Order: sequence, then structure tokens, then C-alpha cells
Amino acid sequence: MILVQQLVLGLLVGGLYGLAAAGLSLVFGVLKVLNVAHGELIMLGGYGAFWLWVLLGFDPLLALPLVVAGALAFGVLLYWGLFAFVVRAHEETRIKNSLLIGFGLALATHALAVRLWTADERSITTTYAGAVLSLGPIAIPLVRLASLVLAFALIGALHLLLQRWRWGRAIRATAEDWEAAALTGIDVRRAYLLAFAIGTGLAGAAGTLVSVGYSISPSIGLEWTLKALIVVVLAGLGSMLGTFVGGLVLGLAEAASAFAFGGPYREVVGLVIFLAVLVARPRGLFAR
Amino acid sequence: MSRRGWLALGVTALAALAAVPLVVRRDDVLNFLFLVLLSVALAQSWNVVAGYAGQINLGHAAFFGLGALVTRTLWIAEWPVLAGAALGALAATAFALLVGAVAFRLRGAYFAIGTLALGEILRITVGNVLPEVSTLPTATIGAYRLADRYYFALALAAAAVGVVAALERSRAGLGMQAVREDEEAAEASGVGTLRLKLLALVLSTALAGLAGGLFAYYHISYYPAHPFGPHWTFDALLITFIGGVGTVHGPVLGAVFYVFLKEYLAIRWVDFHLLIFGALFITIVLLLPGGLVEAAARLRTLARRAC
Repeated sequence: MILVQQLVLGLLVGGLYGLAAAGLSLVFGVLKVLNVAHGELIMLGGYGAFWLWVLLGFDPLLALPLVVAGALAFGVLLYWGLFAFVVRAHEETRIKNSLLIGFGLALATHALAVRLWTADERSITTTYAGAVLSLGPIAIPLVRLASLVLAFALIGALHLLLQRWRWGRAIRATAEDWEAAALTGIDVRRAYLLAFAIGTGLAGAAGTLVSVGYSISPSIGLEWTLKALIVVVLAGLGSMLGTFVGGLVLGLAEAASAFAFGGPYREVVGLVIFLAVLVARPRGLFAR
Repeated sequence: MSRRGWLALGVTALAALAAVPLVVRRDDVLNFLFLVLLSVALAQSWNVVAGYAGQINLGHAAFFGLGALVTRTLWIAEWPVLAGAALGALAATAFALLVGAVAFRLRGAYFAIGTLALGEILRITVGNVLPEVSTLPTATIGAYRLADRYYFALALAAAAVGVVAALERSRAGLGMQAVREDEEAAEASGVGTLRLKLLALVLSTALAGLAGGLFAYYHISYYPAHPFGPHWTFDALLITFIGGVGTVHGPVLGAVFYVFLKEYLAIRWVDFHLLIFGALFITIVLLLPGGLVEAAARLRTLARRAC
């Protein structure tokens, strides 16, 4: 029964892994830049929701759209300020420079967050935070269940956006072959900007959900970047629903390994899977 | 400056630094210089594999940590500390060869994120296996002399600069730079890329392992997982890039600048230096890829034109 309970909790956190990875995957797939500050963007999103709750008394459900809107705007600024310079370079230089810039951004953001919010762990404790759904011996925390559902809804919305919206199709075309996309009259720079902003918006959403069901601190950035990277490598690029499933798989694998080897090693197992996949299939498990 | 000029400058600096403990009795000055020298060694070790061979290793702390772990363990078991440090470097290098044979199948960014994951695996595992703080026995603390640590650091920093200087002009070093510029073109023109990348990794991790040994020799007590922390990789990366990646004197300049500003800012704000260095680092990557070294060269050209 403990195993089943662990797996359920793993599945619930897995939804957030999927959401965290979706933004990274979109940016990586479209702009061909690897933003290693993605976890820091999640952290900032979490603090955004935290501030809305502490200072203005906003419920996290109400805060979610506000944080996403703020994150979208922040993404536009980040793109104009930094990544627009990176995408001018060749693919090889582009990825290396984006890695370095993301890294500098991560350091600066982390230091800034320590100044603004101190290094303490924070989380949003609403009145309904302790509510639990009991299925026989299995307990499901309602807040975490809600964040899984919201994560799935957001990924679904993104999927539809990429399939149906005019600019969504432009983003996919740019991801496939930006030169061909440019030749057919697509404004590639605009597609880059949109994809980057949406990626940042998704990070903001993920951060809000993390601050509700789990906890945030200035140093969670690297951990979430690694989770997102693991999922991206597991799921490959190109399919948002695949990324979501990849997140669930990672959550389940972590839970199973925590059960088998003890809690302290749950992080290690994900990283080992990551290295194994990276070496065996450098393009991802589900890559075509 | 000519090659002979650089050599003269290096020897003078070395002699002056060697004389410091004889003249200066203040521990804070020695501690400051120690930190600069440790940073020079660590940054230079990263510079070999990233600056010359072009392989961005984001798991560098793993090798620093391994060196510290082995040195500390042997030293507490009453081995001479230098023998411990040598074995620590050997352990780091052996691990690097094992890792390198696999990890060098990965190119560019995949190598970077792969090594990042590797560093974290080691840090978490060491933290789980050895959760207790490591403290020196009382007798050793009683016999602690800062000057010994200082000379170890000076020798290591000099060796690290020497290795990079020798590498820069050597056949192997030129081959590494060819790999950095274009791996496929290098391979096509008959450069053994895998062999050179492994050589760069071996040199880099041997120096990092020794630097870890120095860390274990210097600190009276620390958590065994601490030297495995990613901030050691980040320090090396920042110092190298701010000074000038892929140059001999860049990391030295970077280390002086970095430690000075870090210590100065730490008096008022803990970790505030990272905000400044993070921003500075981004600016350098975007606008001035050669770092302080390039900035100095540009200023010199401007001055010459003005005359």
C-alpha cells in the first residue's frame, strides 16, 4: 500500500515535471537555445504567486492567470534584452552561448531572489491546503490533484494553440526548418519571440503550482532545470503531450526508486536515467 | 609582450609571492592571497578543457570534490598530505577517463548538461553516504600553520599556469584549439579528436583534483559534500570567462578581480557578488567574448591610435 501511495504522489508531482519541461522543450525546439535558467523562471513565478498571496491576499487560483500574464511580459523583455542577440548566431554557437547566458541569468536571479525573499523555504498555505481525498487507504492531497489537472489543462491548451492558431502553426514550421519557414513568408523572429514568451509563461504557471502544493526557495532553480531537462531528453522534442507523459514517467520512476532505495536517492535515479538516455539515444526516447 | 617578457614577469611574481609570508605576518592577507591562488588553480584547470578543447564541462566540481575526498580521508589516516593529494588527483583523473570515454560521445550542449547531471549525482550521493561534518583531529589543528597551505597553493597555481602556458604553444594544444573551433574539420584534417579531448580532460581533472586536495588541507572542518557543490564549477566558469577564456593570463586576472570583489562585497552583502558577476558574465558573453584580456587589448589599441 505504501508503494501505491508513493506512486500516486509521484504521478501528481509528475504532472508538474511535465509542465516545467513543456516550456523548456518549446524554447529549445523552436529557438534551438537551451535556457538553463528555466528553473529560475519557475522559481520567480512561484515567488510572484507568493507575493500576490501575502501582500494582496490573492488566492493562488486567481493568481495563476496574473502570474502567467506577468511571466509572458517578462519573457518578451528577456527575449529582447538577451536571447534576441543569441539567435543571430549559427546553431552550434547559438546553443553554447545560450547555455552560458542562461547560466549567468540563473546566478544573478538566484542572488536577487535571496536579497528579495531571503533563503527561507516558502509555500502558500491556503485554508483548503490540508484537504485530502481518501480512496480506501490511499490519500490524495486535493491541492496536488488540482495542480495535476491544471497542468494537463495548460498543456492541452498549448497543444491546441500550436495546432490551430495561425501563429501556432508558424511556430511549428519555424521549429521544423526556420529557413524554409522564412521562405514561405513567416516572420521567424516573431515566432521566436512568441515561443520564448509562451515558454516563460509556462514556467510562471509551473512556479505558481509548485508554490501551492510544494515549496519554493531561491535555490530550487537548478533542481527544476534538471527535472525539465530529464523530461525533455526522455520525451524528445516536438510533442507537448509526449512531454507531459514524460513528466508522469519521471514522477513514477522517482517514486518507485524512493521506495526501493530510500528517499535521499530519488533525485539520483532521475539523473542516472537521464545520463543513460543521453548516451544511448542522444536525441530522446520518443524521437522520430 | 614577448615570450621572454612573460616568463620574466611570471618568475618575478612568483618570487614576490613566495616572499610574502616572510614579510607579512597578518593572517587576513595570507588568507586572501590563498583564496586568489586556489581560484587561479581551479579556473585554470577548467580553462584547459573548456577554453582550449572547447568542451564546456559543467560537472567540474565532481573532480574537485573527489580530490578533496581522497586527500582528506588519507590525510586523516595519517598519510603525508602531499601523497594524499597526489592520490586524490589520480582518483579524479581515473574517474575522468571512465567518464570521458562515454561522455565524449556527446557533442556541445549535450556534453555540458550531461556533465552537469554527473556532478549533481556525485554531490547527492556523497551527501547521503557521508552526512557528518569532517573535522581535523585536535593534534593536527594544534600544528596548523597557514604558511604551509599558502606555499602549497602558490606551487599549485604556478603549476597550473605553467601547464596552460606550455599547452598553448604545443602540438597537442594547437590540436585542442582546432577541435574547439571545428571538431569535424579537425577530424577530417587528421587530428585525433577523441585522444586530444581525453588528454585535455586528464590534465584538467588532475589539476582540479589537486585543487580539491588543497581545499581539504586548508579547511579545518567542512561537510564532505561541500566541495562537490555546483558553485565550484560556477566559480571556475565565471573567473575564466571574465578574465578571458582560452588564454594563459585571463584566468589569473579573473581570479584576482573575482576574489577581490567577492571579499569586498561580502563584508556588506552575502552572495551579492553573484548578482554583479552574473550580469557581468552575460555582458561578456554577448559583447566581449575575450573578457578582460580583450578589453585591455582594445584599450591599448585605442591608446596607440590616439598617440
